[in-house]
Amino acid sequence: MSRYVLRRIGLALITLLLLSMLVFIGTQLLPGDVARRVLGPFATAEAVEALNARLGTDRPLVVQYVDWVGSALQGDLGQSITFSRPVTELLGRALVNSAKLATVAFVIVVPLALAGGVVAALRRGKLTDRIITVGGLSATVIPEFVSGIVLIIVFAIILDWFPSTATPPEGAGFLTQVHSLILPAIPLVLVLFGYIARITRAGVIEAIDADYTRTAILKGLPRGRVIRRDVLRNALLPTIAVIASQVGYLIGGLVVVEVLFSYQGIGRLIFDASQKKDFPLLAGGVLVIGVAFQVSMLLADLAYSWLNPRIRVGAKS
Amino acid sequence: MSEAAPKPILEVENLGIDYKIGTEWKTAIRDVSFTIDRQETFGLVGESGCGKTTVAMAIMHYLPRNGRVSSGSIRLAGRDLVDLSPNELRDVRVNQISMVYQNPSTALNPSIRIGAQVADVFELMGVPKDERSQRVIDILAKVQIADPARVVGRYPHQLSGGMLQRVVIAMAIASEPTLLVLDEPTTGLDATVEAEVLDLVSNLRDDIGTSVLYISHSLAVIRRMCDRVGVLYAGRLMAEGAAEAVFTDPRHPYTVGLLRSLPSSEIGRDEATLDTIPGFLPPLGADIKGCVYADRCAIAEDICRDVEPDLKPLTGNRFSRCHFPDRAPDLPRAVAAEPPVRQTETEPLVEISNVSKTFIQDGHPVYALNGIDLTIHVGETVALVGESGSGKTTLAKVLLGIDAPDEGSVITLSGEELAAEVRDRGQEDVGAVQMVFQNPDSALNRRHSVRRIIGRAVRLLRGVGRKPSDERTRDLLAEVRMGMEYYNAKPRHLSGGLKQRVAIARAFAGSPALVVCDEPTSALDVSVQAAIINLLAELQAEENVAYLFISHDLNVVRYLADRVAVMYLGRLMEVGPAKRVFGGPHHPYTEALLSAAPDLQEGARIRLEGEIPSASEPPPGCMFQTRCPRKIGEICETIEPDLVETEAGYSIRCHIPVAELGRLQATRV
Ligand SMILES: Nc1ncnc2c1ncn2[C@@H]1O[C@H](COP(=O)(O)OP(=O)(O)OP(=O)(O)O)[C@@H](O)[C@H]1O
Ligand code: SF4
Ligand code: SF4
Ligand SMILES: [Mg+2]
Repeated sequence: MSRYVLRRIGLALITLLLLSMLVFIGTQLLPGDVARRVLGPFATAEAVEALNARLGTDRPLVVQYVDWVGSALQGDLGQSITFSRPVTELLGRALVNSAKLATVAFVIVVPLALAGGVVAALRRGKLTDRIITVGGLSATVIPEFVSGIVLIIVFAIILDWFPSTATPPEGAGFLTQVHSLILPAIPLVLVLFGYIARITRAGVIEAIDADYTRTAILKGLPRGRVIRRDVLRNALLPTIAVIASQVGYLIGGLVVVEVLFSYQGIGRLIFDASQKKDFPLLAGGVLVIGVAFQVSMLLADLAYSWLNPRIRVGAKS
Repeated sequence: MSEAAPKPILEVENLGIDYKIGTEWKTAIRDVSFTIDRQETFGLVGESGCGKTTVAMAIMHYLPRNGRVSSGSIRLAGRDLVDLSPNELRDVRVNQISMVYQNPSTALNPSIRIGAQVADVFELMGVPKDERSQRVIDILAKVQIADPARVVGRYPHQLSGGMLQRVVIAMAIASEPTLLVLDEPTTGLDATVEAEVLDLVSNLRDDIGTSVLYISHSLAVIRRMCDRVGVLYAGRLMAEGAAEAVFTDPRHPYTVGLLRSLPSSEIGRDEATLDTIPGFLPPLGADIKGCVYADRCAIAEDICRDVEPDLKPLTGNRFSRCHFPDRAPDLPRAVAAEPPVRQTETEPLVEISNVSKTFIQDGHPVYALNGIDLTIHVGETVALVGESGSGKTTLAKVLLGIDAPDEGSVITLSGEELAAEVRDRGQEDVGAVQMVFQNPDSALNRRHSVRRIIGRAVRLLRGVGRKPSDERTRDLLAEVRMGMEYYNAKPRHLSGGLKQRVAIARAFAGSPALVVCDEPTSALDVSVQAAIINLLAELQAEENVAYLFISHDLNVVRYLADRVAVMYLGRLMEVGPAKRVFGGPHHPYTEALLSAAPDLQEGARIRLEGEIPSASEPPPGCMFQTRCPRKIGEICETIEPDLVETEAGYSIRCHIPVAELGRLQATRV
């Protein structure tokens, strides 16, 4: 078990290293001169040189990379060019905001989708099943900006139930914050619901058809207990990993939703950084997302293996 | 006033079951009736797909979602089982009827400890909470699980198949049910484990006095376990009667055909071919006017195709669904008895010397093969027998170059050393050593046509272009007795037997000198098995190829093999001519294997206690000492005996001298 954990962590670290190289190459290196890209075609050669010197982009690439990674490891991702503030500070604040939004979305979608998937599986082939499956699938294909705009028009502008911007007023209480985050969370919920529900349904059906479920029923155990103990327990285990893997999608979805609802989250920040060619900010943002993604996958894997006796207890002794 | 006959425990009357496929209901079981008396064991036997499990599941009220009982009734102790309310049904399941089925490794919930799963049964029976854990331990002890107090804390994946099946049996008998339904409970288990489980079931049955419905495709197992049997074919009961009568004096052409397909201990492959049953089971829901067996029956007449026979009573408390039951014993053979004539050579082909294979698992060495010396001669069949975990498949893989053996191992082919790994072997060497697997499904690429599967092997192994390869493919297809109609078929359209023929044709693509057959017939029905064994014998005679034949079925081995090598924990324990190894005196392990093999004859049984030890921690001294019933004392525990050639061509690894073994084994009843 501990060997497994170590190996898993090592793998995550290697992935992050590769990601950092890609990010470095993508943002600092690719189309030529960094300062030129920032300052534009009309800047004087001296200004470009000066900026390059200030950014350190006149040094050899390997040195730049090692330097960048070294500082990143010490929690320093450099200065944002547009905001003239430390990148870590900007990212930190945005990350907290995004986490709030993501949490609201997960808190809504996970119970709903699990319940939906379980109900669909238990009513396999019946009308309820079809409504949940087809409904979930249809919701998944609606792009976030479409559902987002419709939601804003209907619930924020016409009905005025929710604010159209997700950013709560300064110093708002918990409930106000949640209230303002519900509307932006819904496009994410719509996309995630169908996916999680489908995986849950498949897992539950597999468990219902499994031999051990047959054993339990033929023992004479009451149906409710069989479903709880034999079906759900074994079916929901793999679903955990699937839910965690949706964090990757969520980050993509956040960009759209945060921009649409003018919310200062990490997605929005990265979007702005790329618009304004703020490369240190962009690189830092992508790296932080990579770390967040790896950490959530790692946690999911650990939770899965801890809950699964086949991994936790090991084989025959 | 005369006393009324005791009522049967189970009465199945005119049972009909359909499956919905697409939008159509297709008949799987038609008009099946039988009864099981108190404390009686009734066997249901028949080939794969004949409907055995369907009948069992209908009795358990657990048909698949697309199945339905279309007619008839099932009564347990007089109570109709078909129309029960959910609560009544639960009550019946808790107290009156239990089931054990194939594949114990999936039968228990993987995430709950054994103890808790067994305790459920007692909870349902209303045993107070504080007594349950003791009852669990008692019942596990009753099914002869050693150290039950430790086993209750285990998860299913930590136990072996035999242990799991004991746990499932423990749960099934805990409530001392009126009826116990067993559906292939030992299929997939090793013969030694099977023998133990069968013994256990018979003892428990006598002990708690339950009635049993025993389902198996194995005639030998059914013969051993049952008082009465029913022979099922295409959802029809074809014959019924006392087990003894049905098997020793069969009166239905199908039963006769099944029995003749079985290799017997008296006749070898050089004396006669095995008889087979031509043709296939009719498809589900086929509309058949007359006898369902008419297409495959050698004595069918016009009336058979027009009028379906009834299940008629015969003398000796037997029933047969046949118009001509008295002609059944004289059924003409489906294939000529004349065996193919073989060349007799004794030139060595493959010499395996000092071959070892050590795997590293979680940092510990696992000794899968340990100093194997074995010679395979041109054109002969060497059988490799032993329980699972003894290293048979590893030896096969080493021969094929799939796994490289340890340093110091040498394998030669016709005197020249073979490269350890297949990628270092020349095209000729690769073609010379080929393999046929147990499961043709996973061995054949399901998306490719037969032509492509065989053709690719021909091109690879002979280095020829497309045209000559097509020619050779057609020849090969003919050699494995498959018609050209299968030339472009995909594996999924072929039956198990046909798929295995394709796999055999592929192995013969490059004119092999040695074909390793790893349990080539164990996934097949007996009649199909007989045809494949005949085919292997014919090909051997035609091509003068040698076989290394891995099998757990000792009757098949006895029929086909010239020599036998017995393996245990990576060691050869006994090697010699088949007649000598089977005839005895045997190595104690061979003796136990032979005694475990289910046979149509009955005999006393030697029980092997426990399980084969882990190859990562082989015992000191003789590998077999932890289970050997003939162990003579300390010497067995400390000094490993050598493999000694005691007669020309016969070697044995045991501290007991052969003559003494002969004396010991002769006194066996
Ligand atoms: N759920 C199902 N839907 C459709 N057909 C089915 C279903 N289950 C079984 N069948 C078909 O019903 C027939 C009888 O199947 P059944 O499993 O009862 O046979 P069996 O004698 O138990 O075979 P085996 O020895 O392979 O276990 C077969 O033709 C099978 O393909
Ligand atoms: S009824 Fe006819 S076809 Fe059927 S088994 Fe008897 S002889 Fe053969
Ligand atoms: S050496 Fe001893 S333990 Fe081994 S087989 Fe012979 S008698 Fe049994
Ligand atoms: Mg079956």
